[in-house]
Amino acid sequence: MKVLAAMSGGVDSSVAAARMVDAGHEVTGVHLGLARKSATAVAGSRGCCTLDDARDARRVADALDIPFYVWDFAERFSQDVMDDFIEQYQQGHTPNPCMRCNERIKFAAVLDKAIALGFDAVATGHYARRVDTGGVAHLYRARDNAKDQSYVLGVLQQWQLRHSLFPLGEDVKDTVREEAAARGLLTAKKPDSHDICFIPDGDTAGFLKGRLGSAPGPIVHAQTQQVLGAHDGTFGYTVGQRRGLGMHNPLGDGLPLYVIGTDPKSNTVTVGPPELLDILSISGQGPTWADGVETGRMMAQVRAHAVPVPGVLSVDGDVVHFCLDSPFRALATGQTVVFYDQDRVVGSATVTATERVAESLA
Amino acid sequence: MSSGAYLDHAATTPMVEQARLKWLESSQLVGNASSLHNAGRNARRVVEEARELIAGDLGVRPSAVIFTSGGTEANNLAIKGAYWKLAERDPARVICSTIEHHAVMDPVLWLGEHEGANVQWCEVDGFGFVSPDRIGQMLASQAMPTLVTVMWANNEIGTVQPIHEIAEVAHAAGALVHSDAVQALGSIPIDLTGIDLATISGHKVGGPVGVGALIADPSISLTPIVHGGGQERDVRSGTFDPAGIAAFAVAVHQAIADQPAHARRVAALRDELVRRVQQAIPEAVLNGAPMGANRLPGNAHFSFPECEGDALLMLLDAAGVYVSTGSACTSGIPEPSHVLLALGASTHGARSSLRFSLGRTSTLADVEALMAALPAAVDRARRAGSAVQR
Repeated sequence: MKVLAAMSGGVDSSVAAARMVDAGHEVTGVHLGLARKSATAVAGSRGCCTLDDARDARRVADALDIPFYVWDFAERFSQDVMDDFIEQYQQGHTPNPCMRCNERIKFAAVLDKAIALGFDAVATGHYARRVDTGGVAHLYRARDNAKDQSYVLGVLQQWQLRHSLFPLGEDVKDTVREEAAARGLLTAKKPDSHDICFIPDGDTAGFLKGRLGSAPGPIVHAQTQQVLGAHDGTFGYTVGQRRGLGMHNPLGDGLPLYVIGTDPKSNTVTVGPPELLDILSISGQGPTWADGVETGRMMAQVRAHAVPVPGVLSVDGDVVHFCLDSPFRALATGQTVVFYDQDRVVGSATVTATERVAESLA
Repeated sequence: MSSGAYLDHAATTPMVEQARLKWLESSQLVGNASSLHNAGRNARRVVEEARELIAGDLGVRPSAVIFTSGGTEANNLAIKGAYWKLAERDPARVICSTIEHHAVMDPVLWLGEHEGANVQWCEVDGFGFVSPDRIGQMLASQAMPTLVTVMWANNEIGTVQPIHEIAEVAHAAGALVHSDAVQALGSIPIDLTGIDLATISGHKVGGPVGVGALIADPSISLTPIVHGGGQERDVRSGTFDPAGIAAFAVAVHQAIADQPAHARRVAALRDELVRRVQQAIPEAVLNGAPMGANRLPGNAHFSFPECEGDALLMLLDAAGVYVSTGSACTSGIPEPSHVLLALGASTHGARSSLRFSLGRTSTLADVEALMAALPAAVDRARRAGSAVQR
């Protein structure tokens, strides 16, 4: 097969590319240029998008003796991922930009271009497994659940899965690092990336403030409506957040307060006790399906490393509803929920609303 | 040279044998060319012989040749060095064309952003020509010390400027004239009469990479941009590289001696390439000046509507045909060409182009290899282009 290896410059995608070469495929390495010049192209390596990473990817391609290119998707990335990220926060949601990037850039624009250029598949260093049965490509969790990245791939649909290869799905991370070292790849000891690539310092609130300016408003107690403090913009807060509220024991009862909600319209952040975060069901829109609509009993996962929770999924056109077996704590709109049948990804949706226990009692 | 059809001579061209031999010979020299003993004098002799060879070939005084690390440094020295001198007492201006190489454009932009230079951009017509009249109007609009910098021939589209007419107009207004002649040298006749500052480079004419020169008569004072031991009349410090300089001079000498025959041969080959591309891909658009004296003989530059240049480059690369989407860039990320944008192309149009540049080692077999791969590549890249549009 002609395989395009997406090479971020990290250890995982390096080994994935190497294995594709070993498997006898005709491999071409491509590093995606996602950052505009000098934006995050700063010294030091933070996993992706930096100059060091582009160089590392190039040097791994040299070691593998495969052709290597940098594809410029900075404009698409800026529009489809960064602008969307800022807009979603501005509207009071909590988006996942990595999933948006997978959905719009890596497994869409890049995959489209690769296929049009004559490639059969795109290989990445994600920890997930593709298992084909009866001509259908299924996405499964990685063998090592601790490393599993199937959640961020949960937005992929059949046509995308069919052209995607995940050579690391059977591995645990240490073996991949050992393999990279044994192969003499310079990325073997590189630290993993955790942050959002365009916010390399991890300060999302600071990034958003830089883009959106400051919009001071009150922090209000959900039950008493008492004003407890001030915020600099609702976009700096996420439902379920406990730290960084700028308040220490405001009620004098020693009990922690959590962000219960953010309302950009009234410019209010609402806080309260954690039980107000408990939810009974999740509503979502824009569902994607790995291979057609599936409903009924399954598991839902709402963050990359969240524990999946059981419930029942129903679908009504573009809207999905997941009824939880037992209350679940803290979920923000804008997050992506991925549905699983055991270890198999069923599909995903963007959270639009949650039904809270407290509301149902009121 | 690696196997494959190399059609990227404007990026760099293989070293000529005489230059390579000269480099090997001179690299055995022991002395620092600034040392005062016999070993130093021997090294210095090599440098000075090289300087005289280049000066003789270009019709300038030996003291007008300032050796640099290449074209980029020579351009920086010309532009910053001249500007700072002009701006010593009064505010000064730089007039620059919109299709300059980044090694000219970026120092000019930098002077504007960081040094308060009055920067004025002279637009070009659809072929890439700078109008001497327009330069004259710009100069007349405001009287102030001015450096006019216009490239002799464009590296992407091959357009050769009416540089002497531009110089005449500029001198009439009392301005200094710099021209980046990196692409022109060896391809077309170079007459430096009336050109105050000219940039040349080694590796574009069959010399080594990492050596070039600014041609500037000593009567023109320049503020140094590299300070140190005071070499090169105190304008460009740094230990001499006798081997590089000697090889550079041999390459320049050879290129100038061979220029008429080389231009005839390469132009004929280029015309054949253009004819075949237009025949096989009728929708391909030839960019730049009409073929003839006003276009570099080895340059062909096409837009392939609905294709992405980088996709075409990749497909041709896989077929062993080496071309470029514009000027070579370090990041590997192809930016839309500012040259094509200046000619009036859309951003997408600017991304849809390829440069084929021929040189000394080019043969009909290279053109044939290109034509064996290009139609299928264009076909595929067009589909990829529409995929990306989605």
